[in-house]
Amino acid sequence: MASVKEEREARAEAVRHIEREKPALEFGNAWEYSPAPESRDHVRLQDRYGLFIGGKFVAPKSKKYFATINPATEEKLADVAEAGAADVDAAVRAAEEAYRKRWSKLKPADRGKYVYRIARILQEKSRELAVIETMDGGKPIKESRDVDVPLVVAHFFYHAGWADKLEYAFPRHAVSPIGVCGQIIPWNFPLLMAAWKIAPAIACGNTVVLKPAETTPLTAMALAKVCEEADLPPGVVNILPGAGETGAAIVNHPRVKKIAFTGSTEVGKIIQRATAGTGKRLTLELGGKAANVIFEDAPIDQAVEGIINGIYFNQGHVCCAGSRLLVQESIADTVLQKLSDRIATLRMGDPLDKNTDVGAINSKMQLDKIRELVACGVEEGAELHQSACAIPSKGYWFPPSFFTGVAQSHRIAREEIFGPVLTVMTFRTPDEAVEKANNIPYGLSAGVWTDKGSKIFQITSKMRAGVVWANTFNKFDPASPFGGYKESGFGREGGVHGLRAYVELS
Amino acid sequence: MTELEVKKTYKLYVGGEFVRTESGRYDPVPDAKGRLLANVSRGSRKDLREAVRKARAAQSGWAGRSAYLKGQILYRMAEMLEGRAESFEELLRETRERTPAAARSEVRATIDRLVYYAGWSDKYVALLGTVNPVASSYFDFSVPEPTGVVGIVAPETPDLLGLVSHLAPVIVSGNAAVVLPSEKYPLASLELAEILATSDLPAGVANLISGRKDELVPHLARHMDVNAIADAGGNKAFSKSIAEDGAVNVKRVKRYAIADYFAEDAQGLDFIEAFTETKTTWHPIGV
Amino acid sequence: MSSLPRPFDTSRIPRVDAVGIDERAGALAKRSIKKSAKIAGIKLAISMLDLTTLEGKDSEGKVRQLCQKAMRPLPGDPSVPHVAAICVYPNLVAVAKDALAGSGVKVASVASGFPAGLVPLTAKLDDTRLAVESGADEIDMVIDRGAFLSGDYERVASEILAIKDACRDARLKVILETGELETYDNVRKASRLAMTYGADFIKTSTGKITPAATPGVVLVMLEAIRDFYFETGRRIGMKPAGGIKTSKRALHLLVLVKETLGDAWLTPDLFRIGASTVTNDLLMQLAKEATGRYQSEDYFTKD
Repeated sequence: MASVKEEREARAEAVRHIEREKPALEFGNAWEYSPAPESRDHVRLQDRYGLFIGGKFVAPKSKKYFATINPATEEKLADVAEAGAADVDAAVRAAEEAYRKRWSKLKPADRGKYVYRIARILQEKSRELAVIETMDGGKPIKESRDVDVPLVVAHFFYHAGWADKLEYAFPRHAVSPIGVCGQIIPWNFPLLMAAWKIAPAIACGNTVVLKPAETTPLTAMALAKVCEEADLPPGVVNILPGAGETGAAIVNHPRVKKIAFTGSTEVGKIIQRATAGTGKRLTLELGGKAANVIFEDAPIDQAVEGIINGIYFNQGHVCCAGSRLLVQESIADTVLQKLSDRIATLRMGDPLDKNTDVGAINSKMQLDKIRELVACGVEEGAELHQSACAIPSKGYWFPPSFFTGVAQSHRIAREEIFGPVLTVMTFRTPDEAVEKANNIPYGLSAGVWTDKGSKIFQITSKMRAGVVWANTFNKFDPASPFGGYKESGFGREGGVHGLRAYVELS
Repeated sequence: MTELEVKKTYKLYVGGEFVRTESGRYDPVPDAKGRLLANVSRGSRKDLREAVRKARAAQSGWAGRSAYLKGQILYRMAEMLEGRAESFEELLRETRERTPAAARSEVRATIDRLVYYAGWSDKYVALLGTVNPVASSYFDFSVPEPTGVVGIVAPETPDLLGLVSHLAPVIVSGNAAVVLPSEKYPLASLELAEILATSDLPAGVANLISGRKDELVPHLARHMDVNAIADAGGNKAFSKSIAEDGAVNVKRVKRYAIADYFAEDAQGLDFIEAFTETKTTWHPIGV
Repeated sequence: MSSLPRPFDTSRIPRVDAVGIDERAGALAKRSIKKSAKIAGIKLAISMLDLTTLEGKDSEGKVRQLCQKAMRPLPGDPSVPHVAAICVYPNLVAVAKDALAGSGVKVASVASGFPAGLVPLTAKLDDTRLAVESGADEIDMVIDRGAFLSGDYERVASEILAIKDACRDARLKVILETGELETYDNVRKASRLAMTYGADFIKTSTGKITPAATPGVVLVMLEAIRDFYFETGRRIGMKPAGGIKTSKRALHLLVLVKETLGDAWLTPDLFRIGASTVTNDLLMQLAKEATGRYQSEDYFTKD
């Protein structure tokens, strides 16, 4: 009779045997793609950019400039003026004058035609804008080329058409513009966020003072040039690069009538407090920690694509990223297997390479934050899985990663990482999935995957989130309202609902 | 049989029950001539906390009821109020020294307001919702959903009409409400709780905490589980602090300064829309 | 009672979302294949070609000419490999076998009442046996789409089993004719059915019906192969066929394979491209990479 020990060894050997035989895919270099960098020849960057105030590029009264760098190479791309309080004041006054004297007096149809003009010029410059976006922000060229810039153009086209039809959007109301709008945007979709803000604002008859993020000001400056080229009346659009202090000066300026902010929940709350009792209108598009829920009856291979697109799109620098994967226990092993295989095919590297799937982390600061939270996840006992992709020696990089063995209480499952890091949790029943998905202070977006129609309507309606993607993820369109529940902010951008933020009704 | 009147005790209305404040405190409510009409519970922050808890527990179930049923329930409230119109008129006459005509007019207007919002229950979604023509192969639509738990700081006057003007549009869309009724004239509001309790409105959907606003408002505004506040209290200092405190959890704070609650524009779709969230859903189109 | 050794279990076949699959296939179509990757890719694609002639007017002479092209696609350049196989009707298998003797190029034959498959099983088996006895290394059979679409999986499965048996040592490619199955769910189900009952390869189309090897269909079939591999450990081959006329399409197919199934499938043993006219475009692209000049068809033989 075999001893217990022998039996155990035999069993272990059997397991090892099975593991050796276990089918596995190999994503190696049997046939490797050659480098395919997008050409930079047609892109002319200035050494130095001023502020765009009253239709002119001017030196900052602050006399301060900051360097914007390419996060993939750490090379300096240009020096950019940093707007101080006096510059903000000058811009607000220019915007106010433009509002009073020109923009609010223009026929709505003509206002629309200016916005159409901007759309067309942007379309012509698509390639140049995509390259600048990728150089300044680190996102893959295929995304800036196929997602960001086309959506930018679409946003201007869409809103241009609203300019002379606003009374149809608000029946039984007299519609008028608000005045000067202060707009503060983040670094994850620099030009797209500028479009989301500027297009509806000016189409509705407002003028704007927009602050791009300090790590990604270049496409906003290119947009300023486009406004110039479109002969947009001076002062209708003013662009002031800067950091937090510039933003605060805009928020607190007494002549700004409306603030639109996209960024972190932390800063959003500060702005909400700051505007309290001032009569300023406010819309906030803040953080998120979206659940992406995969049921056992999902179209699994497309769901895996949805997971990938949900969390690794734009290096996970997406407020609506599907950063919490909730997968039904019965298919968890299959999904994780497929996810691992899929991650092995993600190509991280030169963002300008047309075959790059995952680009550079936007800044050193963001990289540090991601690293800190990932270290915390490891410390909390979750198991880290990472793509084995090579990491370039220069620049800021973080490989596509996911955590298993995550508990709902882990920091990585509750805090917005804003990087290519997914947490994986399982559930057993639809009620449990909904409960876990909603058990977070955020409510920006959610994903639901099932091939069963009736289930889709039930589950999507129970998600406390402003955008719910069923059997897809991270889709955007100017006709489709976007915005959050709960601590993810209020107000919508896009669609009929998005206009509400930029009109006064009586 | 004796002639001696049985005096009414006015309690808080929390989770469908009439409860005394846990604090054991009360405030006397005088009539217009200064005579004691009744004592009302002076609700505490703990009562408020309990009300929010009940409201949260009730909200999703209420939101899940059909629009038709919600309309029926609001209409039922109007019916109940009609049946007790005279006693409400009497309360308004006694507490605010309204003329019989004015008291009658306010009660009539309150009934009308309930009927008005009852009729909205199965219509506002069609008007606030959209199908969005996106440029890819997806069906994309937006619908209004209730914001969640809404705090209502009711106006001091008109206490009855004012409260209903804010409560009805908040609950018709499936929100649950925690109401701070008029501090000076709470009796008609607390009387209204009896209507709420007997009109098939699920317990916890509407909760009334009488008491002192300077005590209660900050706790309401800072409560992390209150999603929005309808601030109709008409107090500038409160309004600023509500707006500031509301930032703790990104509350939707809607301030109302309504000069005439009897007017046409003291009601409307906008009152419903203010406490809804737009949800956009995408789904592929393909075989 | 079922005549199958095991009933066809459809319960574990995942559903396919059409928009999702098209988006993924579309995204992979945007891979930029340049320079050395392009040269290597073109040569790899040539080595995977099932050079096909399946016309009523096919003759011995035509087949012999095609065999020459198959063995030496670009005379004078030994770095260009021979194609994987010649694909002909059963009557011409012997001719091809003779013409290709010793070259390493396989002979594939369509059988089983190609292209409709609507002949009795006995005829399909005779067809197959004739091809095999004439020396075919590979048999490309069609499934009975009518039976499949009416839900008679058992009939489809038992025909595959029978033909597989008749193939003896020849490898069996099962043509689904995806253009007639219409939905991705059907493609996935038919792929699974074919793999379960004996296919060594699954193949999209006869070439007689459009749409044929669309990127979405190819991706669905590759994913079906992947699942089958994980379940059984068996590597099934894939053959898109029909409408593949440009190098770009051929390279895109390689991209789909590379990023779905990985390195193991990037070989003629497991991946074939069924085509009749793509060869010259591949050769022209190769010449363009070598010389930097855009090419003229006059410099490449039309066989």
